[in-house]
Amino acid sequence: MTLPPIAQTAVAAFVLLNVVIGLVTYVTLLERKFAARMQSRIGPYYVGPHGLLQPIADALKLMMKEDVVPSSADRWVYNLAPIAFLVPCVLIFATLPFAPGLGLADLNIGVLFFLAVSSLEIVGLFMGGWGSNNKYAMLSAMRGVNQIISYDLPFVFAALVPVVLAGSLQLSAIVTAQQGLWFAAYPVIGQLGFIAYLVATLAAENRVPFDILEAESELVAGFRVEYSGMKFALIQLGEYAHIIATSYLGALLFLGGWLGPGPAWLGAGWFTLKAMLVFLLLTWVRWSFVRIRVDQILAISWKLMLPATVLLLLVTAFWVAWRSGGGA
Amino acid sequence: MARAAFVLVALLAVGAALGLVIKKNVIHGAMFLVVNMASIAALYYMLGAEFLAVAQIVVYAGAIMVLFIFAIMFLIPGKDETGPDPRRWQRALALPLGALLLILLLAVVAAVRGTGPPAAGPATSGALYRALLTDYLLPFELTSILLLAAIVGVMVLAKRRPG
Repeated sequence: MTLPPIAQTAVAAFVLLNVVIGLVTYVTLLERKFAARMQSRIGPYYVGPHGLLQPIADALKLMMKEDVVPSSADRWVYNLAPIAFLVPCVLIFATLPFAPGLGLADLNIGVLFFLAVSSLEIVGLFMGGWGSNNKYAMLSAMRGVNQIISYDLPFVFAALVPVVLAGSLQLSAIVTAQQGLWFAAYPVIGQLGFIAYLVATLAAENRVPFDILEAESELVAGFRVEYSGMKFALIQLGEYAHIIATSYLGALLFLGGWLGPGPAWLGAGWFTLKAMLVFLLLTWVRWSFVRIRVDQILAISWKLMLPATVLLLLVTAFWVAWRSGGGA
Repeated sequence: MARAAFVLVALLAVGAALGLVIKKNVIHGAMFLVVNMASIAALYYMLGAEFLAVAQIVVYAGAIMVLFIFAIMFLIPGKDETGPDPRRWQRALALPLGALLLILLLAVVAAVRGTGPPAAGPATSGALYRALLTDYLLPFELTSILLLAAIVGVMVLAKRRPG
């Protein structure tokens, strides 16, 4: 029995969605365990062996919590915000090729699609902050909009360095271009690009040291302060899905994606391993540094990151043109 | 199947546009505009214009919307627009001008109808960039100079101190 193509895609999308949600749920446990190690703690331990069932317990707890809607909230915007936040964060997984031919849609312009859709998360974030009708949430949303516009540009420029090196916007073509040498191993250009990508990711994901929009000492919990129960869970899920997707993209752009020793069917495993490595790098920074001020964050973006990444992209382009024999 | 998808997305686009015009609350209007832009991007994608669809999302649904939202948050204190409409006389012009626009659009659609998509198939993004940077280099650069001039102009106007 063969299904029509559209049904096949729908089934594939359903499977991918569930894999992603399962992965994202367990990544929270990974982060908590890792953070606990860094601080000489044990971390979640009692639910299941070594705390392995903790994410499931957390999810069940959030599902059973009372759903509170503030009486002065803008109900439509408030209720739709978690969905508007989650959808782009999950949609970006659609274009990632996990192994040769294993992915939902290996678009010609995969990188652009990823960058475009992932920046739409800001709409959900803003809706949450504004719809809650709470001054802390509102301040946080304004800071978030500010910060995400500032760091989108360096993020895009850093992500374009591998694109220029590979000469393609298609994600699978970028991986095959790294068969000889991963882009992170390219002398100077690769390392600088990778570092810029990591820093811009930290800021675009609002993680410490750039987490001014949920700075708990000033803003309680940022734009989601009024959310509870399942809606809070959706926002949390979206946030982690976004950072995992960005880790996958980083592993794909700089660390060779599914390439690795062993048979081809190990590809998805290598890719996930590398993505987790990128995620742990980001987590390592998160638990090592202190938060910096708003003006410092914006100054770093506009005065350092943006010129530096543009320069890096220019140098990369010149180098590629020179290597290919003086351009077209 | 493609037709059903088109009808769905088109209805979404038109509904969002109506919501944008009818809603008094400016933030709700901005949200409707996001939906409208995104559904238009989906329409571009269905027509095989991948790059245009993504550009539509980056530029309109992303950057321009963020700018709108920012301006609304800073400049409009209340949630709803209140008070008398300062431009009442424009309403009288709306119907005839709208009808004119509709007629023009129908004329264009009628002229193009039946010719079908170009035989060359969907243009790849590579061909698009090549065309932009070779055949159409001059208009492309002129556009970027225009944008640069606009940015510099805004900076000059914003920096000018009164008195």
